[in-house]
Amino acid sequence: MTGWQMLLYKEVLRFWKVGFQTVAAPVLTALLYLMIFGHVLEDHVKVYDSISYTAFLVPGLVMMSVLQNAFANSSSSIIQSKIMGNMVFLLLTPLSHWHWFIAYVGSSIARGLVVGGGVFFITAWFTHLSFVAPLWILVFAILGAALLGTLGLIAGLWAEKFDQLAAFQNFIIMPMTFLSGVFYSIGSLPAFWQRMSHLNPFFYMIDGFRHGFFGVSDASPWLSLGVVGLALAVASALAIYLLRIGYKIRS
Amino acid sequence: MSAISFQSVSKAYPSPRGPQGSTFLALDNVSLDVAEGEFFGLLGPNGAGKTTMISILAGLTRATNGRVTVLGSDVQTDYAQARRKLGVVPQELVFDPFFNVREALRFQSGYFGIKHNDAWIDELLESLGLTDKANANMRQLSGGMKRRVLVAQALVHRPPVIVLDEPTAGVDVELRQTLWHFIAKLNKQGHTVLLTTHYLEEAEALCGRLAMLKTGRIVALDKTSDLLKAASSNVLRFKTDGVLPAALAARARITGRIVQLPANSALDIEQYLAAVREAGVAVEDVEIRRADLEDVFLDVMNTARAEEASTAGPPQGARAPSGGSAAHEVASVGERTP
Repeated sequence: MTGWQMLLYKEVLRFWKVGFQTVAAPVLTALLYLMIFGHVLEDHVKVYDSISYTAFLVPGLVMMSVLQNAFANSSSSIIQSKIMGNMVFLLLTPLSHWHWFIAYVGSSIARGLVVGGGVFFITAWFTHLSFVAPLWILVFAILGAALLGTLGLIAGLWAEKFDQLAAFQNFIIMPMTFLSGVFYSIGSLPAFWQRMSHLNPFFYMIDGFRHGFFGVSDASPWLSLGVVGLALAVASALAIYLLRIGYKIRS
Repeated sequence: MSAISFQSVSKAYPSPRGPQGSTFLALDNVSLDVAEGEFFGLLGPNGAGKTTMISILAGLTRATNGRVTVLGSDVQTDYAQARRKLGVVPQELVFDPFFNVREALRFQSGYFGIKHNDAWIDELLESLGLTDKANANMRQLSGGMKRRVLVAQALVHRPPVIVLDEPTAGVDVELRQTLWHFIAKLNKQGHTVLLTTHYLEEAEALCGRLAMLKTGRIVALDKTSDLLKAASSNVLRFKTDGVLPAALAARARITGRIVQLPANSALDIEQYLAAVREAGVAVEDVEIRRADLEDVFLDVMNTARAEEASTAGPPQGARAPSGGSAAHEVASVGERTP
């Protein structure tokens, strides 16, 4: 096992050891969303003609869980290491900025997929889902988790206190996720908000992911792939640069 | 090849108090070479720059100027090699609360790319008295036990150069004994050891050579034995409740009731006692002892302070009492940037 593999393994073990909090809790939250919104809106909202609201909701909730948990994994791990001071153990090793990046983002993808998988298996009981293009499902789940894991890495490096990290999470990640079409199709929005939604990269992740299930979506999955891929490339370049200069971790 | 080499290293930090953009020098053009196999001590008051030197050596901080190498590997341009050769015991008692002792040591081995390191991990646990704590979570350990784990973590990759940053601060006597026994053994096996400590008797007992640091500059660098020889050879020590004459008080090291005065001759001692008698100060428990490293340290620090006051900043040579002759003993201290 080479150095980065050990760091990746350690980061996966870190969230797995507290799985009740990092995996079971978000699965329960998603289940509550499904039961409440599904119950209230099932007979009132029709997003696409052939799909029930509950079925429409499931992929959105799965993807939302993937994204939020991928972000939470890298950001909380880094800020905890910084505040506890145990990041010094990593700083003293020969691991390069590439190794750090692969390990932190890789473990975030793992957590995102584990939680997303959990949400999927629980919520899938409540509805009938189709899998028109499973490859799209997988591609968007992995790219989305990688993007949010990378953003979590950047936020974790930037934040000096848990407060600042919570602000990043509550004022940027949460609104962008909720306004991305998890609970509705942006086709139902007024024209202005539709245009605004098209500026939100989170919209493309969820829309592309949902396309994999139903074969219908608000945007072309190729456009979504391009937007998500570009966002990931930009975020990764920034994260790798920050790691290379030791931003806020080496003085 | 030097085990550790600092070449004209300076470190400027943004000044917390001064005007915007101003800096203060935590290290001021420090050069220092530690030979392979040495047990080297770095002494100095708080804020002298000891931890800054170690942080630059470990790659935790970047030097503003100058170059630092570990067994020939530059800590910046060839950091992976430099860090493989270096084991650092940090000053703060830090730990990862998610894992137990053995896991922490396995991870640390893994980061260095070392597989199947359990035999060496067991040996480290045994040597540091941690065997029965191997499966204990880090959170459950006492401060002293956490300190031992830090030492083990620094040694998992068998580094030839070991750096200990105040490893015995707030540590009980038993651990100090265990730790020094173990570190001395590693030094005998050929490991180079760099130590910073506030316990001067430890430095005196362990370190073959010492550097004394003050406000970012090396003010003394020599063999421990030569530093001791160069200091006043004796100390007059007594207890008193009275107030000492000013001339005496200025030269004395006073700890509560205990007064200690440097004495080079019998005449010095006579004069001290006469001055005390004239002032009508009652003294008890009078004794004369040999000077120790603490006396040398205070002497060097006071001289450095006096020089600073009298010359107000211009270049100062390092103070090497016996004029150390070995080629690597270069305590160059250059011009102070305004």
